[in-house]
Amino acid sequence: MSEAESLGHSVSVFYAVLQRDLRLAMRRRGEAALPLAFFLVSTALYPLGVGPEPHTLRLIAGGVLWVSALLASLLSLQTLFAADHADGTLEQMLLSHEPLWRVGLAKVCVHWLLSGLPLVLLSPLLGLLYQLDGEALWMLPLGLLLGTPVLSLIGAVGAALTLGLRSAGSLILLLVLPLCIPVLIFGAGAVQAVDSGISASGHLSLLAAILIVTLMGAPVAMAMALRISME
Amino acid sequence: MHSAVANWRIFSLSAPARFYRVTAWLNPWLWALCLVFTFAGLWMGFVVAPTDATQGEAYRIIFIHVPAAWMSMVLYLAMAFWAVLGWAWKVRMASMLARAIAPTGAIFTLLALWTGACWGKPTWGAWWVWDARLTSELILLFLYMGYLGLVASIDDVRRADHAGALLALVGVINVPVIYFSVRWWNTLHQGASISMTAAPKMASTMLTAMLLMTLAFWAYAFAVVFLRARAIAIERESDHEWVMALTLNQQNAQ
Amino acid sequence: MNYDNLHDLWELGGYGRYVWPAYGLTAWLMIAEPWLAARRLAKALSQARQQTDEEEG
Repeated sequence: MSEAESLGHSVSVFYAVLQRDLRLAMRRRGEAALPLAFFLVSTALYPLGVGPEPHTLRLIAGGVLWVSALLASLLSLQTLFAADHADGTLEQMLLSHEPLWRVGLAKVCVHWLLSGLPLVLLSPLLGLLYQLDGEALWMLPLGLLLGTPVLSLIGAVGAALTLGLRSAGSLILLLVLPLCIPVLIFGAGAVQAVDSGISASGHLSLLAAILIVTLMGAPVAMAMALRISME
Repeated sequence: MHSAVANWRIFSLSAPARFYRVTAWLNPWLWALCLVFTFAGLWMGFVVAPTDATQGEAYRIIFIHVPAAWMSMVLYLAMAFWAVLGWAWKVRMASMLARAIAPTGAIFTLLALWTGACWGKPTWGAWWVWDARLTSELILLFLYMGYLGLVASIDDVRRADHAGALLALVGVINVPVIYFSVRWWNTLHQGASISMTAAPKMASTMLTAMLLMTLAFWAYAFAVVFLRARAIAIERESDHEWVMALTLNQQNAQ
Repeated sequence: MNYDNLHDLWELGGYGRYVWPAYGLTAWLMIAEPWLAARRLAKALSQARQQTDEEEG
């Protein structure tokens, strides 16, 4: 087919997978809302453990909220490929001519829309619980907006590597969390910086850079991992 | 071209049979080297090197802390290298070597952390400080644990090898990023930024002792990794001719 | 010589209780690890031997 046709075709594959996975997820709305629920509950636990002193909470806000977001968005990774793997759809995708990375990227988008974006939207509210206000409060969703896609991308590589394994859930966390540490450091650091009156532009630039590089590398790694897992 | 590659495979160490033979011959020498360097290093470090002015006798932990940390990092790179070689070029022995390296690397990481804590308590008053080097070492331990956990969870040998290779490759690429971010994080939170590497000005005898211990750890690592690699080779290739010949020879020798 | 006697070497000016556990665990692990690896090799060899015997006999 001509270049324009093939471009249109490949883009449509991306959207086809995107729409399909979204539709499937919407059928299980409860399950889709779990990351958000986890985010909320785990964030509420820290003050119960640490004490409600406002100054302390303000100090730990960035770190706590980012760690909670990290865990919340990674917990739903197991199911990323599981359903398609179980019913053979994934193998079909492997055998087809479609570049696997595009399919993977579509799935990651769905994961982010369901696990990452809700966290971004809810985070200012939770930031208020931690006595954040002003610019620091908005640094939270801004950083998460840049960071959560990275978490979904790296997490998807982990999900692909652990496809079909018994202990996939905890294994994914073990594999992926160390790799997410830079995002955590810069994201939480951005909140703390602004809270102390320093600019967070450096943090945000680094987060953006990490996002770009991950966008370039992770889909390919994910495709390689899927091939390995289905050898 | 194909026969040239095949010939190379037979005559290089990438053939498991040859690897086994050569490393079995090498190992006693490696152990001997390890012992010699250890004695020399410890003699240099305890008997010859002077007491440090600021840290007293506590600094002598450096003779195992630094070599252990160094080996932990080098072995991770080696593990990733051999794993990717085995994955990309389908060299069986390379994959086996990577699997053999992993536990040793993890142990050195553990030792680096343990000796770091033992050094930190008398010197800085705390069993653990979140300085850049120690924190990065801790993250390296997590990377090793991830690799070991992954390959242990996959029953199919080839899938385990290749999955581990991809994970190790991703890890190696990330290590500079992680180290940079941890360094940056550490300098930001100035309160906790006591550096373990603000080592005393090293007398040349101290440096020599450290070098000797590093060589000792190198010899050890080669010896133990080769040993484990031989075990893996036998486990995987037990139905290959060379293994059968080997066991028959051993029986005849007995 | 840095130390007058063995007791001084053990005490290390009070730091002995940090230095020797450090060296102790290191030594212990660097003996246990090769020992375990050797055992693994021996087990692999004996299993291979068994397999060869089964196929021969």
